[in-house]
Amino acid sequence: MAAPFELTDDSVVVVIGTGAGGGVLANELAQKGVSVVALEAGGRYLPEDYINDEWESFGQLAWLDARSTSGDWRVARDFSGLPAWIVKAVGGTTTHWAGASLRIQDHEWKAKTNYGDVAGANLLDWPIDPREMDDYYTKAENKLGVTRTGGRAGLPGNNNYKVFEAGAKALGYTEVHTGRMAINSAEYDDRLACQQTGFCFQGCKWGAKWSAAYTDIPNGEATGNLEVRERAHVLKIEHDDSGKVTGVLYADADGNQHMQMARVVCVAGNSIESPRLLLNSASSMYPDGLANSSGQVGRNYMRHMTGSVYAVFDKPVKMWRGTTMAGIIQDEARHDPSRGFVGGYEFETLSLGLPFMAAFLDPGGWGREFTTALDSYENMAGMWIVGEDMPQETNRVTLNHDLKDQYGMPAPNVHFDDHPNDVAMRKHAYQQGMAIYDAVGATRTFPTPPYPSTHNLGTNRMSENPRDGVVNKHGQTHDIANLFVSDGSQFTTGAAENPTLTIVALAIRQADHIAAELGRGNL
Amino acid sequence: MTVTSQKSPMTRRELLSRSAAAGAAFVIGSGYVAGNSAAWAMEVEHLEPASMATLIQMARDIYPHDHVADEFYAAAVKGYDSAESAPMVAAGIAALNAAAAGKGFASYIDTGWERDRVDILRGMENSAFFQTVRGGLVTGLYNQKAVWPLFGYEGESFSQGGYIDRGFDDINWI
Repeated sequence: MAAPFELTDDSVVVVIGTGAGGGVLANELAQKGVSVVALEAGGRYLPEDYINDEWESFGQLAWLDARSTSGDWRVARDFSGLPAWIVKAVGGTTTHWAGASLRIQDHEWKAKTNYGDVAGANLLDWPIDPREMDDYYTKAENKLGVTRTGGRAGLPGNNNYKVFEAGAKALGYTEVHTGRMAINSAEYDDRLACQQTGFCFQGCKWGAKWSAAYTDIPNGEATGNLEVRERAHVLKIEHDDSGKVTGVLYADADGNQHMQMARVVCVAGNSIESPRLLLNSASSMYPDGLANSSGQVGRNYMRHMTGSVYAVFDKPVKMWRGTTMAGIIQDEARHDPSRGFVGGYEFETLSLGLPFMAAFLDPGGWGREFTTALDSYENMAGMWIVGEDMPQETNRVTLNHDLKDQYGMPAPNVHFDDHPNDVAMRKHAYQQGMAIYDAVGATRTFPTPPYPSTHNLGTNRMSENPRDGVVNKHGQTHDIANLFVSDGSQFTTGAAENPTLTIVALAIRQADHIAAELGRGNL
Repeated sequence: MTVTSQKSPMTRRELLSRSAAAGAAFVIGSGYVAGNSAAWAMEVEHLEPASMATLIQMARDIYPHDHVADEFYAAAVKGYDSAESAPMVAAGIAALNAAAAGKGFASYIDTGWERDRVDILRGMENSAFFQTVRGGLVTGLYNQKAVWPLFGYEGESFSQGGYIDRGFDDINWI
């Protein structure tokens, strides 16, 4: 049941975006009795709407507004208008995510302390004690129903996993299992168990994978305290003469603009849109954008060190059958500079359907070197590599004043250059990944380049000192007390783990903080 | 890669068209292109039939799959037969034929060996025409549902209840 709030109601908390950060925050606040208006740029799609066809689903869910790219990353060459593969819909990218739910390791919370000075890297420790996060991680795992936590069983291994596991064990890896996944291995929270259907990236038609779209969002709405306005694209955050934010200007589905007043504004539009919105909200009082006295808004863009390894065998694998990403090797996730880089990385099983394999195996590739790989599609196994990349000040989201979106607002440009540490880590990961498959008889392996980013992080980072970042340990901006950041752009460093579980845990934690501060009259 | 003899009588124009495309795998008629096995035929309205045949051959040379029949390549490039695309394609094919002539071949489609045609394509790999055709094929060819079974790909499984009881873990050689 939606709770309609007036545009002029300045007692509400406005949450911008309804993904892992905003969707969870909106529900958690609503459960505590806080009135929330959540503004979501995309439409509402539920399991019955999801399409198990890669390109058709991409057209349904992907964020395809105008964007540009620059830098030496290959995405800028192969997918120049598509820096990120993320979702515009109620529930955000939790419709698309694979479900891998890993806690950040203790040493990763304090990257600067543990890695030391890395030339060219803008490393910083998170202003959070890892022990503070333990309970929030447990709450997040229980919310998402993460397998191999809280007594929940692991998922069964599919064909792709069996090849991966055998190769890993042949190589001597020991931390190998079907992952800690927000995909039900048994019925949980009124949601079905995984039916091994594949197409996890296209939205789970069984609802077996956690998504805010059909959990936190309707749960929050059921309290009567949350109103989700879909197809409401926020253009600008407004403030008063004292500098506090007062509301947001948004365009509805018909392009008509409205001003929603607010007591508190929480920005959770993903690490590209969130800094873009702060920058696009520049005013005479804040000429460099909101909350940007540090100059760090949009900087330190991280996307994880990624890549894939696919391999062809002399016999069928049929990797597309079953859960897309239920398999992990964690032996390389440790920090061990003797490998030639700081930080670590994970191997995770991954499969793409034939249409996406053709697009992503070797973008731009053609001729028989390329097509003979696809000829063996049925005999292919695949894995994804995800590791910690170095924050760099020059990797950043800026406004491209030469490119406007459908509302006439400057589009974001995403600039990214690999750091030498990223390059060294990727080289190591490719070698190990190919060795895993070689160990079980691969006849050919493919070190596949990174896809458009799904893990977009760091562009409004947390810092102890207001000079070093945009938000404090609660995601509250250093500059403006009633303006918060609630998504992955808060990340001080990226760590090696898929970020969603941490985004959810931080959102639960932030809801506690905001509700308490509201109760104390501090906001 | 030869044109088979056609049993039914041909019009003079068809014959002339065909002779112009000697060496190709296609029958090029008046207003149409067909597979030489007569398994498929495609009417063309805005492009010269010989240009469409060349485009189909180019598509196969960019993404050659010997177990995928010409009709799928034809379907992948059919969209270029439009008033909007025809001038771009005609100019691209003319450039392709000029490059073939520069290497001593009568035309692109009359270049007998794939390696020679690929050489010609490599020489124009960075052209807008090549990149448009190649980029379009990524979806035009591989997103045809009828092509998927030829690669063993099964597409969606939700309608059949997923693979939980249908072999998600049936690998037997690992």
